[in-house]
Amino acid sequence: MAHDAHGPSDLAHHFDSYEQQKESATLGMWTFLVTEILFFGGLFAAYSLYRSLYPEAFRAASHSLDIRLGAFNTAVLIGSSLTMALAVRGGQTGKPKTTFTMLLGTLLLGSTFLAVKAVEYADKFTHHHVPGPSFHFEGPDAPHAQLFFSLYFGMTGLHALHMVIGAAILAFMLRPALRGAWTPRNHNFLEGFGLYWHFVDLVWIFLFPLLYLIGRHH
Amino acid sequence: MPNIPNSPIFPEQGSDIARSVDHLMLFALGGLVVFSTLIAVLVLVFMVKYRRKHEGEVGEDVYETNPKSQILELVWSVIPLGLLLILFGWGTKVFFDQNRPPAGAAQYWVTGRQWMWKIQHPNGRREINELHVPLGQAVQLRMISEDVIHDFFVPAFRIHVDVLPSRYTTYWFKATKTGEFHLFCGQYCGTEHSKMVGKIVVMEPRAYEAWLAGEQAGGVLPAVASGEQLFVAKACNTCHRPDSSARAPILNGLFGAQVTLQDGTKVTADENYVRESILNPGAKIVQGYQPVMPTFKGQVTEEELIQLVNYVKTLKAADGAAEARK
Amino acid sequence: MTTSPNPVPAEFPRTHYLNAAYGLKSWLWTRDHKRIALLYLVSVSVFFALGGLMAVLIRMELATPEGDFFQPDVYNRLFTMHGILMIFFFLIPGIPAVLGNFLIPLMIGAKDLAFPRINLLSWYLYTIGGAFTLWALLHGGVDTGWTFYTPLSTNYVNTSVLTVGVGIFIAGFSSILTGLNFIVTIHRMRAPGLTWFRLPLFVWGHYATSIIQILGTPVVAIAILMVAAERMLHIGFFDPKLGGDPVLFQHLFWFYSHPAVYIMILPAMGVISELVAAFSRKPIFGYKFVAFASIGIAVLGFLVWGHHMFVAGQSIYAGVVFSVLSMLVAVPSAVKVFNWTATLYKGSISWDTPMLYALGFIGLFTIGGLTGVMLATLGIDAHVHDTYFIIAHFHYIMVGGAIMGYLGGLHYWWPKITGRLYPVFWSKLSALVIFIGFNVTFFPQFILGYLGMPRRYHTYPPEFQVLNVMSSAGATILGIGYLMPLIYFVWSMRYGPRATANPWNATGLEWQTTSPPPVENFTYPPVVTAPPYTYEAQPAAGKEARLGA
Repeated sequence: MAHDAHGPSDLAHHFDSYEQQKESATLGMWTFLVTEILFFGGLFAAYSLYRSLYPEAFRAASHSLDIRLGAFNTAVLIGSSLTMALAVRGGQTGKPKTTFTMLLGTLLLGSTFLAVKAVEYADKFTHHHVPGPSFHFEGPDAPHAQLFFSLYFGMTGLHALHMVIGAAILAFMLRPALRGAWTPRNHNFLEGFGLYWHFVDLVWIFLFPLLYLIGRHH
Repeated sequence: MPNIPNSPIFPEQGSDIARSVDHLMLFALGGLVVFSTLIAVLVLVFMVKYRRKHEGEVGEDVYETNPKSQILELVWSVIPLGLLLILFGWGTKVFFDQNRPPAGAAQYWVTGRQWMWKIQHPNGRREINELHVPLGQAVQLRMISEDVIHDFFVPAFRIHVDVLPSRYTTYWFKATKTGEFHLFCGQYCGTEHSKMVGKIVVMEPRAYEAWLAGEQAGGVLPAVASGEQLFVAKACNTCHRPDSSARAPILNGLFGAQVTLQDGTKVTADENYVRESILNPGAKIVQGYQPVMPTFKGQVTEEELIQLVNYVKTLKAADGAAEARK
Repeated sequence: MTTSPNPVPAEFPRTHYLNAAYGLKSWLWTRDHKRIALLYLVSVSVFFALGGLMAVLIRMELATPEGDFFQPDVYNRLFTMHGILMIFFFLIPGIPAVLGNFLIPLMIGAKDLAFPRINLLSWYLYTIGGAFTLWALLHGGVDTGWTFYTPLSTNYVNTSVLTVGVGIFIAGFSSILTGLNFIVTIHRMRAPGLTWFRLPLFVWGHYATSIIQILGTPVVAIAILMVAAERMLHIGFFDPKLGGDPVLFQHLFWFYSHPAVYIMILPAMGVISELVAAFSRKPIFGYKFVAFASIGIAVLGFLVWGHHMFVAGQSIYAGVVFSVLSMLVAVPSAVKVFNWTATLYKGSISWDTPMLYALGFIGLFTIGGLTGVMLATLGIDAHVHDTYFIIAHFHYIMVGGAIMGYLGGLHYWWPKITGRLYPVFWSKLSALVIFIGFNVTFFPQFILGYLGMPRRYHTYPPEFQVLNVMSSAGATILGIGYLMPLIYFVWSMRYGPRATANPWNATGLEWQTTSPPPVENFTYPPVVTAPPYTYEAQPAAGKEARLGA
């Protein structure tokens, strides 16, 4: 945010000091993330309501998801959070090469996640688990299982959209990273993006148990 | 309490509830008049009295200099709060009266659809966009929508209740005045929303009986009887039979009882439960049974569902066979 | 007049933000918050005019009980588009994006908002969202009502729900980004000495507003996205046929849309606090109470959404909880009204145009607020729910409150924004005409509503006609009242007499720079040494500083 790195100085004209600029960028990013939490919150509210109304249908539908792929993806995202944190560290300590490598690593892990997600989605299509006219589900309460899959696609879809946007920004960050655009004095954009990436990972940490692990303890 | 005479700002009072709503409204209106007059008078007086006399004049800061200011703040926070809580308590009491039908209310059924009201009397008589009721009899409407959300609104009875497509909602009144009253759809429901209107006709009980017995007499099956026919026609009776070899729960004595489901939770078998079990049998499986019943979604209309629910309600635990209530 | 240590600016600046650069590009690519505010001013005025035109057509149709001017589907599109344009494209951005954008940096002594590019992005998002909505309007519009209740909006209408949904979704992000910008700016960019309790109440009001924009807007965005998904992909979040709950949509919708009411009114309350102080020449009575009342309203505003569903089949006990919480919101609102009134006591009250608007606001908002209390009362709401009573109530809040505040603020800061003065007589007349026209239009609707006339009715029983004719006649007066400022404001931009830096002799940092301000807002970095609204008697200085025109 507010990465006015053009011109003679990397301090934007309307800020008095680097400190003020950095504090503004950080607060702005956190405020944005609060908005994001509420954005996902609507779907989480719908999920909570319907799961409490139709627990059996949700359990049955959840069991059709592939827990191994879900767990693998969880591990991939946790790994990408680590590389992202190291990339930010590279910016803070003024090591452009580290930043570049770690951003590249984050990009690759993020893409891996999306590829696995694509495989899972394709599986839903072949098994007619996609809500709509051709939906079919073997179970006692197919209509409410369909509700589960609507929420599954809604929540993971919105999450995947955030991943795609994140990956696209990452791709554009690689060149500036190598050129050393982020210095110990001003790496606000890098740090802000890091917060975003961690947030998206965190959303998945909530989605995984809610969608994949319903009633697994039985 | 006295009736408020017909006035240009109060609609006709068709029930006791209407009267209590009007009294509540008068109380609130009194508060409104007192407070808004107070503010208006103060503003006007200050405006004139403290009008700027010359260009360099400034106001006098009375807040910081007077230690009582903070007490004043407290006073005008606490007094309105107290009045608001009185209004809340009174309003809640009236709302409970509006929403809790007395025992023994006559059961009518209402089906809303774009853009008409279909109404069924306890004896099976049907009407469209008109509801005839006897004076002095508590009337309970069970309402469902075939499409979007509608709302049953009779200004003379002072209550709205939404009519949902997903479950039954309840409206009740006891008319205290004969005559015709507006029935409006109170929730925007599409193109002809403003044409989804009708009337409530309140009649002397004898006139009502005569009206019921009037045209179409003999041609109408009571709701329960047509429900029994449907129960056979849809082959419900092949599984739901009152004998030991039944593959499905016995329905006799079911209505109003607690049902234990597969996961151990208990639900009350009310109208909404019976309706859901017909449309989506897998949603709530009774303990000890298999989810083998097919869905009847799309095969029965909302009105047929009402007949079936009515029939299931009449199945008593004691008797083996169904007894249609006269 | 004030104890400010800041140097007094030149009377008529040679260069300022308006003439610093010329050409369309210098406006469309500007990152100056003052210019972006003017871009918003033009855009919201366009939407206000369109929404107003629809209101006129609605009132024309309702002058008679039968549907004689429009077919029902046209009428339904009219009130839907009236609501959507007025709420999402005029009232929500109105005061924050125009006055807030222009004034917050000036009031806190900053050179700009924290994120100038994001500020410009907000305007573009707003414009793109508006373009989607207008495109939909030209291609048949929408007839769901601005509330988009399911399953009507998802399965039963054939109009441009998707396009308008996308438009509102995009405009929603513009609102979020504005709120984000304000929060960061108010936290991080205040001038030396400007502590939280020295902030003008206008800034407090906007801070509270921004909290709502950040927390509420994303929820309605996701709800609209779910409606879109249901329409396009036939997946059933709310469809009862697929096991969904249509009332869940109402919960998500009102979780935002009730606080959104406070997005519209809180900034107006901020404006009124400024006006009452400036035209009484004394500090606001109980400054801290008024400041915290804004925050209290913003927080409590999130806990009352269920009062829109008292009769929607939710449990009556839920109704009881939402009713008592709604009563609580009335307390901070009442505190504000009492404090404004008490401020007038022993003030030095001038009857300048902005003050007339402010006093009108206090009266109308009091009635709007007290009728809101009636609606929070379960027993009354069960009767007047979705009748004209509710229409009258929220127009008292939004038109009598928000628009009176907006116009009062515009009249107050117009000399600062443009460096010009507008004609005194015509502006006072406009305040009077709007006040009268407004009451004639909307007061009869309270009675209509209690008598039982439902809202969104294209035709109605003949006994309601007299009151409807009154309302339509009032709308004509109101329309004339709104045209007057439009004409003299435009006139003043070219022909109005020059304004001095501080034509009202008011306090506040925005009056300590030139009119119009320079690009960087202040020639010297301002320093604050006193609480706001510190007026000290200086008999001679006042006359001189005031404009000689």
